[in-house]
Amino acid sequence: MKTSLILNMARALMLARFKQTVVAGVGVVFSITMFVTLLSFMNGLNQLLDGLILNRTPHIRFYNEIKASTSQPIEASEAFSDHYHIIRSIKPAASRTSIYNNEAIIRTFKDDLRVKGVARKIAAQVFFNVGALDVSGVINGIDVEEESRLFAFEDYVIAGDFLDLKYTANSIILGKGAADRMLAEIGDVVQVTTAQGNRIQLKVVGYYQSGLGELDNVQSYASIGTVQKMLSETPSYVTDIQVKLHDFDLAPEMAREYKEIFGIDADDIQTVNAQFEAGTGIRSMISYAVGITLLIVSGFGIYNILNMMIYEKMDTIAILKAIGFSGRDVNMIFITIALAIGFFGGIIGLFFGFLAGLGIEQVPFELEALPTIKTLPVDFNPKYYIIAGVFSLVTTYFAGYFPARKASSIDPVDIIRGK
Amino acid sequence: MRGKPVIEAQKINKYFYSPEKTRVLKDVTFQVTRGEFVSIMGKSGCGKSTLLYILSTMDTDYEGSLLIDEEEVSGKKANRLSEIRNEKIGFVFQFHYLLNEFSVLENVMIPGLKLGKKSKEELEHVAMEKLRIFDMQDHALKKANQLSGGQKQRVAIARSLMNDPLIIMGDEPTGNLDKKNSDIVFNIFKELAQEFHQTMLIVTHDPEFAAGTDRIIEMEDGRVLNS
Ligand SMILES: Nc1ncnc2c1ncn2[C@@H]1O[C@H](COP(=O)(O)OP(=O)(O)O)[C@@H](O)[C@H]1O
Ligand SMILES: [Mg+2]
Repeated sequence: MKTSLILNMARALMLARFKQTVVAGVGVVFSITMFVTLLSFMNGLNQLLDGLILNRTPHIRFYNEIKASTSQPIEASEAFSDHYHIIRSIKPAASRTSIYNNEAIIRTFKDDLRVKGVARKIAAQVFFNVGALDVSGVINGIDVEEESRLFAFEDYVIAGDFLDLKYTANSIILGKGAADRMLAEIGDVVQVTTAQGNRIQLKVVGYYQSGLGELDNVQSYASIGTVQKMLSETPSYVTDIQVKLHDFDLAPEMAREYKEIFGIDADDIQTVNAQFEAGTGIRSMISYAVGITLLIVSGFGIYNILNMMIYEKMDTIAILKAIGFSGRDVNMIFITIALAIGFFGGIIGLFFGFLAGLGIEQVPFELEALPTIKTLPVDFNPKYYIIAGVFSLVTTYFAGYFPARKASSIDPVDIIRGK
Repeated sequence: MRGKPVIEAQKINKYFYSPEKTRVLKDVTFQVTRGEFVSIMGKSGCGKSTLLYILSTMDTDYEGSLLIDEEEVSGKKANRLSEIRNEKIGFVFQFHYLLNEFSVLENVMIPGLKLGKKSKEELEHVAMEKLRIFDMQDHALKKANQLSGGQKQRVAIARSLMNDPLIIMGDEPTGNLDKKNSDIVFNIFKELAQEFHQTMLIVTHDPEFAAGTDRIIEMEDGRVLNS
């Protein structure tokens, strides 16, 4: 009974000042719409950009780095154990870049429940012999199917069939930039010289385009077997083990763990792409800031309108108090008005925000660098809707708080005497 | 029933501090007992309205003691005072003070809705009964601002009766009406006194009105001359 009376009073006051109420509501609708649209769009873009790098980057990469030994022979000598060792001009030893016993390591990863998949890789420095010219490049030897399953390799093969790498002997998928430079068409044969001086003929079966020009000028792909053959290495020769996890947040910890166990180098995605994460974070921070600013501005709109309403409805408030409404009742009436504006404005705003998202999603957006993207990206994560909804109620509550307090403290005697 | 005190004011003093400290009520002491129809008379500015605001619990800034229905109200919390106003006091102002956002019927019902002791249907029924006393039942669904001054005041009185209050207080309820309408309102008060034995305390300027009441309290310069 009591709440329905307060709701009734709030409704009557809003209807009495219908235009202002609508204006305040439109403010909320607008800001919530913008908030949701901005965040969905911005995060859609973020995910697209993240995907550009993160989707095809291993969560952890294991490899042997070429570096100087951490222990020098003199340290083993007891005669000099209490001396300072000053050694100049240390050079890295000709250590193997191949990962020793990699089959066992890969088996361990495959048994680890946190791991989604493992793919081997060999990176080989080569020269493409184009007429009289040598163009330098890198050929990545990959497990074709695993590379595609885990790192979306297939998405970036823009011409030809990526499976040809596996089924056609001595085949290569050229980076688009490299192919353009070499004027190599699909079906052509290119000649490659490895750093060791081996020459090999490879048939072009496709183009690869990552969207990152620098990469596409240099990187090409062949099957791991082809590269092993090219380098005259055994089938156990592998330079990189790429691991994808179910939860990529575990990467740094697992990298450290396995680094210890196997005594090899490990890079986790967070460390490698720290600056990328920072960019993403800043972009979402900016969109949250803009969205919240909009909401606060609309909160001021509500604040103004409630103040005006209270000023105009002094008599009504006084009479309600004379009749026996307590300060708390009056306070609740005005808080209810504010929350109602926030609630309905918020709901309509969320709906419009959703529509705006659908609209943006229809806008064609094709970039050569982004072969899988056809329209502008929008992230319809319910999170943004929940945040916007909560914020609309919170800001309208605070916008109503002070006017409501003012209304509740109106002294009816002052008003009645004033007549 | 008769003889039980409804209002007991003891040595009520009231000061205003602006522009300078002035004592506008001086040791006001009097009683109103159940069923009495009492009028308060006095020159303009002698403190009648000020007294009435204190008696109706709207003004709490005074010295002295005030009992309503034998309950000490001075020093009570604001929420309790609101309850007392809602349940035990009906107030009629010089200006009608209806809520223009609501219909006549809703205006009369609001104190009942606030009290919350009856269902909406029952309250509607009660409110219609109250309107019928004043022959206003045909206007029940009009908006408050569609009525004439006299009609508004009748609705305001109906509203003050909504919760069957212990006492009705009026501050010059006919002061803003023409002769014809003030006669109507005056007769309403008389009827309430005679037929319903409604306890009433009405401030008036009108000697004729005062003459028709059980007792006249005369005020002068903040003092009650007889009590
Ligand atoms: N808010 C106020 N501040 C200062 N003085 C006031 C105030 N309200 C009323 N007064 C003074 O108190 C005295 C009594 O006023 P009031 O009770 O309204 O008289 P009445 O109703 O008998 O005409 C008057 O002299 C008036 O000027
Ligand atoms: Mg007066």
